[in-house]
Amino acid sequence: MTRASRLLAFLALSFVTHAALADDAVERGRYLATAGDCAACHTPRDGAPYSGGRVVATPFGAIPSPNLTPDRDTGLGGWSADDFYRAMHEGKSHDGTSLYPAFPFTSYTKVTRADTDAIFAYLKSLPAVRRPSIENTLRWPYRVRPLMAAWRAVYFDEGEYRADPKRSAAWNRGAYLVQGLGHCNECHTRRDSFGAPIDDPFLAGGIVPVQNWYAPDLSMGRHGGLAGWTEADVVALLKTGRSRKGTAFGPMAEVVLRSTQHLSDTDLAAMATYLASLPERPAPRQRESAAGARELALRGGTVYTERCATCHGADGRGKGDAYPPLDGNGSVTDPTGINAIRIVLSGGFAPATAANPRPYSMPPFSQTLGDDDAAAVVTYIRQAWSNKAAAVSPGDVRAYRSTPGS
Amino acid sequence: MRCLVRRLVIAAALGAAPAWAADPPTVPDTLVQRIAACTSCHGEHGEGGDNAFNPRLAGKPAGYLVRQMQDFRRGLRHYEIMEYMVAPLTDDYMREIAAYFAAQEIPYRTHPVPSTTPAAMARGEQLVTRGDTARGVPACTACHGPGLTGVEPDIPGLVGLPYDYISAQLGAWRTNTRGTVEPDCMATIVGRLSDADISAVAAYLAQRPVPADAHAAAAGSVQPPLRCGVLGG
Repeated sequence: MTRASRLLAFLALSFVTHAALADDAVERGRYLATAGDCAACHTPRDGAPYSGGRVVATPFGAIPSPNLTPDRDTGLGGWSADDFYRAMHEGKSHDGTSLYPAFPFTSYTKVTRADTDAIFAYLKSLPAVRRPSIENTLRWPYRVRPLMAAWRAVYFDEGEYRADPKRSAAWNRGAYLVQGLGHCNECHTRRDSFGAPIDDPFLAGGIVPVQNWYAPDLSMGRHGGLAGWTEADVVALLKTGRSRKGTAFGPMAEVVLRSTQHLSDTDLAAMATYLASLPERPAPRQRESAAGARELALRGGTVYTERCATCHGADGRGKGDAYPPLDGNGSVTDPTGINAIRIVLSGGFAPATAANPRPYSMPPFSQTLGDDDAAAVVTYIRQAWSNKAAAVSPGDVRAYRSTPGS
Repeated sequence: MRCLVRRLVIAAALGAAPAWAADPPTVPDTLVQRIAACTSCHGEHGEGGDNAFNPRLAGKPAGYLVRQMQDFRRGLRHYEIMEYMVAPLTDDYMREIAAYFAAQEIPYRTHPVPSTTPAAMARGEQLVTRGDTARGVPACTACHGPGLTGVEPDIPGLVGLPYDYISAQLGAWRTNTRGTVEPDCMATIVGRLSDADISAVAAYLAQRPVPADAHAAAAGSVQPPLRCGVLGG
């Protein structure tokens, strides 16, 4: 081989390798963007993927998501990989202004530079879509961006995920995904009056602001929201949308649909391994049931026999893969009663995943059950079998009648 | 199976509900069982609720039904419980559900017709059957078929619908709570109707008897006078 042809061969080979590496980064980035469920906020309901404009409602006002496609004027076309890393890692836009934590940079800061670069490469590979950003409707004083400096000082711990050498590789991978890209803590937590997650204990559950669903405590230990779940149950829920212990609905159904069902079995197992290590919780203090709760539960038993027992069973154990058990189901016994009330009112389908493409569904009872009967049947299922949760009142039901959406 | 039938007959003869009827050991692996969330309001055969807001689905062209589910999912058509209901479904599952309801043959319900003036009824008939060329409003029949029974696969029938449902839908186009892919020709047409016109059209359509053959007309049998996104632009 002559020198020239050797050089040519080398150049050709390095070009191919470079292209293959680039493809690899894009593909890895696509997977990571899926793990981060970026589309949940950045893909509009009626528009091109990642072109933004979807409005994230917060208690402080509405924040429309920006366009992440590589359009020069309205998207990330003018951004460098460094800019993108700064947004993910520091929560700052490429002009240096602080982003609002509706963008979960408090979680994404844990994502490695390599993974952030891959996501950026993937976003750069998308077709550019022109879609100018929409102004937020934050109320004063929240719209005063410089005030974010104070918020950051109090609430933001910047830093990539640091592996715990005492734990297994799987545990560390799970922790990285749950705490970082998965940003599970954005929903599965209580928030203080400044909208900051209360991290101690971590992932202990809370009401999802504005959407008004209860995102359960994710501890699988004693008194945890997932007590009695195995790691296989967690993987099944994330992969298929249903499990032996319960079914995903509301916002979690969308998370499964768009994000977790597409993750590798290894990553899902790693997430389950990490969740299984969350500590047990203190025994809950039983909320006192209001006066008349006993009569309410009795009446609810009749409603249950007439309306619910055919599918969920008189014993509350559900029917195989079709209908989830209600006995020992954390969605039934969540501390607020919100989930059980809303599911009774709105019913709905389990997410149509690749593993469960034709899900069974539950009828909405909002048109057939009045507030009294709905409160009665929810109280009944929260106290029947082994369940021991507080009663709900007709007033609680009324509060959620007008919020069927997720 | 024969054993099951025998048990049913015996149970019926004894006048007692068999214990397993309330609590079957296995769940039927049928579409109709899977879509209880749909049938509880729209009827097991899509016959529609006994009210003005859970419309009949039976016999509506499948393409139209899929489009409505997609429009709810995309936020083009607004009705909270429906937007919530279709959110976790795939296009494939929507198509299967639509095909089920499209294939149902079930007699139409009758709905009360509101009292109206002869002049309003005449205006309704004019708009529905001849349109109003001066205002650029084509006749409903121009797209929805000469018998107003719809046209396969995308255009719904307008017969057998209650007054309140029709006027609410036309009103929804007006208030931008019902829309579809551009060009949204129904939005264009409704924009040319007055409030009185909407009432007149709804009243005329609601009182119009359902023809003996209420099947949608064959695909391609109408030549729409406007460009419509739902018909491929």
